[in-house]
Amino acid sequence: MTTAMASSAALTALASGQEVLRSGVTQKFSGLRVAAFPLKKDNVALYVKGKSTSVMSVATDVSRFESVTMAPADPILGVSEAFKKDNSEKKLNLGVGAYRTEDLQPYVLEVVKKAEKKMLEGGDNKEYLPIEGLAAFNKATAELLLGADNAAIKENRVATVQGLSGTGSLRLGAAFIQRYFPGITVYISSPTWGNHKNIFNDAGVPWKEYRYFDPKTVGLDFDGMMEDIENAPEGSIILLHGCAHNPTGIDPTPDQWEKIADLIQQKNHMAFFDVAYQGFASGSLDDDASSVRKFVARGMEVFVAQSYSKNLGLYAERVGAINAIVSSADVAARVKSQLKRIARPMYSNPPVHGARIVANVVGEPTMFDEWRAEMQMMAGRIKTVRQRLYDELSTKDKSGKDWSFVLKQIGMFSFTGLNKAQSDNMTDKWHVYMTKDGRISLAGLNLAKCAYLADAIIDSYYNIQ
Amino acid sequence: MAGAMAARSSRRFMSTASKSWFGHVQPAPKDPILGVTEAFLADSHPDKMNVGVGAYRTDEGKPLVLECVRKAEEKIAGSNFMEYLPMGGDISFNNHSMKLAYGEDAGVLADKRVAAVQALSGTGACRLFADFQKRFMPESQVFIPVPTWSNHHNIWRDANVPQNTFRYYDAATKGLDFKGLMEDVKKAPNGSVFLLHACAHNPTGVDPSPENWKEISAFFKEKGHFALFDMAYQGFASGDTERDAQAIRIFLNDGHQIACAQSFAKNMGLYGQRVGCLSVVCDDPQQAVAVKSQLQLIARPMYSNPPLHGALLVSTILEDPELKSLWYKEVKGMADRIIGMRETLRTNLEKAGSQHSWKHITDQIGMFCFSGLKPEQVDRLTKDFHIYLTRNGRISMAGITTSNVEYLANAIHEVSKN
Repeated sequence: MTTAMASSAALTALASGQEVLRSGVTQKFSGLRVAAFPLKKDNVALYVKGKSTSVMSVATDVSRFESVTMAPADPILGVSEAFKKDNSEKKLNLGVGAYRTEDLQPYVLEVVKKAEKKMLEGGDNKEYLPIEGLAAFNKATAELLLGADNAAIKENRVATVQGLSGTGSLRLGAAFIQRYFPGITVYISSPTWGNHKNIFNDAGVPWKEYRYFDPKTVGLDFDGMMEDIENAPEGSIILLHGCAHNPTGIDPTPDQWEKIADLIQQKNHMAFFDVAYQGFASGSLDDDASSVRKFVARGMEVFVAQSYSKNLGLYAERVGAINAIVSSADVAARVKSQLKRIARPMYSNPPVHGARIVANVVGEPTMFDEWRAEMQMMAGRIKTVRQRLYDELSTKDKSGKDWSFVLKQIGMFSFTGLNKAQSDNMTDKWHVYMTKDGRISLAGLNLAKCAYLADAIIDSYYNIQ
Repeated sequence: MAGAMAARSSRRFMSTASKSWFGHVQPAPKDPILGVTEAFLADSHPDKMNVGVGAYRTDEGKPLVLECVRKAEEKIAGSNFMEYLPMGGDISFNNHSMKLAYGEDAGVLADKRVAAVQALSGTGACRLFADFQKRFMPESQVFIPVPTWSNHHNIWRDANVPQNTFRYYDAATKGLDFKGLMEDVKKAPNGSVFLLHACAHNPTGVDPSPENWKEISAFFKEKGHFALFDMAYQGFASGDTERDAQAIRIFLNDGHQIACAQSFAKNMGLYGQRVGCLSVVCDDPQQAVAVKSQLQLIARPMYSNPPLHGALLVSTILEDPELKSLWYKEVKGMADRIIGMRETLRTNLEKAGSQHSWKHITDQIGMFCFSGLKPEQVDRLTKDFHIYLTRNGRISMAGITTSNVEYLANAIHEVSKN
């Protein structure tokens, strides 16, 4: 109630001899008659009978949001924020995985500019997309992933729903798992992209880790990985990175993929692929999708989350898709309808802008070819930078340490093998910004800075424990 | 129990005849609102009308891209920035949204005590709040008006927040059940969270008067209730953005700390861009920073950061005086067309000789009219007249034009005369 209302109620109460008191408030003020009325939660107006009435607050508010503590900075996105605050000329941002040109500038692909220009001139409307997203985009994305002539697509066994980039698509899959496979554990690689754990946590899906990174070889712990997948209870879900593993850059070989598929089939597990770098890893869209295609060719049911943040540079437009490749067209239709039911109370329908760009680029042969060329250019620049970094490290490090993992790793990231203290040294002493797990984004590196980076890595590796 | 069973035998997911993990997945029921448009599209009758989904149409029955939006698009074309937005979205966009909702000179803004994050339109803003409520107000339930936009129930259900309802619509008067509303506000446990439609209530079009709002606000203070305003139609209801935000102004004046879920889908015609904002009024700047950080923590595992394009359009429009003034004109234009159609529909019904009162058509406000038609009557409208609307009798005024208003009036008269 307002103070005015309380005031008039108080006058009435006091005049009629009532004492209206709220628990916790003192009753006696030297015999003065007291009336108290609640104003806000835990806040009280006191009225004292005397020559005049007055309002006093006697209890302080307990805030509704008392329990809200400051959230910790995001380990990945927080790096860029720290980088921005640094004034050193030497600073280098190898944190978030966003592609940079050789001049370390952000890069909007030429095909994207063309597509946007076309969209602007075409005067497209801005109506709601259906819950499952833009049909042209969904068709294009499934075909890009599996190949246009893929049997599963022809047989309508692929349920595709446009999602909010990789994160949003993974979240739809995770929420589906929670609802339809309750109690099933998802196995994620150790290490993996930090947000995977958050996604499954918030979706209420239990997760465990399987061994992946071998610090001794700075390569894949294949035996450990196979053992952990073998030991997972039958019918578990295994999260795999389709290509360009984040954060390590370490991918299984084609032969290792076959063995992984064998084991997953044998154990009746289901694979959930995160494909965020198709085209970006090797430069070839088809080669980068080969792991997924292998599984699908065997008739295995899989979930696949896709992102166009990196390969089309559409980071901010949040374009991706969740695909469920299943045993029949009927099942696909049902699964799609339930994925939609998860999306509706999250955001109703996905954003149109980025999806239209993708549909325009992928759906038009000339644009598609131009995109392929730009992708090869981006992947090529990364490979060149890897080579230079390796050369610098090998030259400067006289100890004979094998730095060839830099060349063997693939994609945007490299797992340097540096620990947290060493990574901190990279930042504190050398102004090189990276994530604390030792991951550097090669997309943020250019040839000119390779020598400096090599110095920083060698110093941190040898001089810090 | 399900977990234990699953742990013992995850094979049950594989043991169907089709040897599929997904054999037990049932088809989802059709979305009641979006299903209407699907049925409409499948109909080939020449006189068909879609008065189902709430998307604005011109008098030619066409979707509208506002001129201020086109101009903003030209202005931002060729920009070289497509990097990730921060998790909380574009700061400039958030500031403009808050000013629009709370007023340019709002004390809470000057005090810097409002936490605001860019969200995926109104749905996304409500969902962020619902998840925040689950996490930080775990003892609370949410009170939702009867009726409401059906997706509200889905949102709080998926956020695992217990729901309750409060009376709102009076079917007898086709207006506000103010007495019932206040009774339910009283009955609710102190400190409950109430979902209020700031203006142009969906689906009824029935809004409390400013006097009603003042009484509601006062009673809320007594009960310590928390108000979340869902504002999806600011400017679109009366044509005046300040007037449409009156309820929020009243609550702020009374010292409430509120939350607001804003959408730019209708009032800027940015439907498919998914632009919205969730703001929460806090005690002080430190708390606002903490609340914002926690909202970001909810967004990160949902979509990481929100889409750029639509937010850029909104800030471009709101920070350019010419574009902003053009927007005010255009949103008023949309509101005026709707108001005009209400008058025309009512007049036509009266001319057709209907014995019922259709006063509620012009009393109600915003995109929707709660006609009072029963489900069976709605079915007849669809079957006999190829007019598509939701079975609760909600008519989207935006789907009515000068060419089809008479047809609609006659059809409604046909199915409702006794």
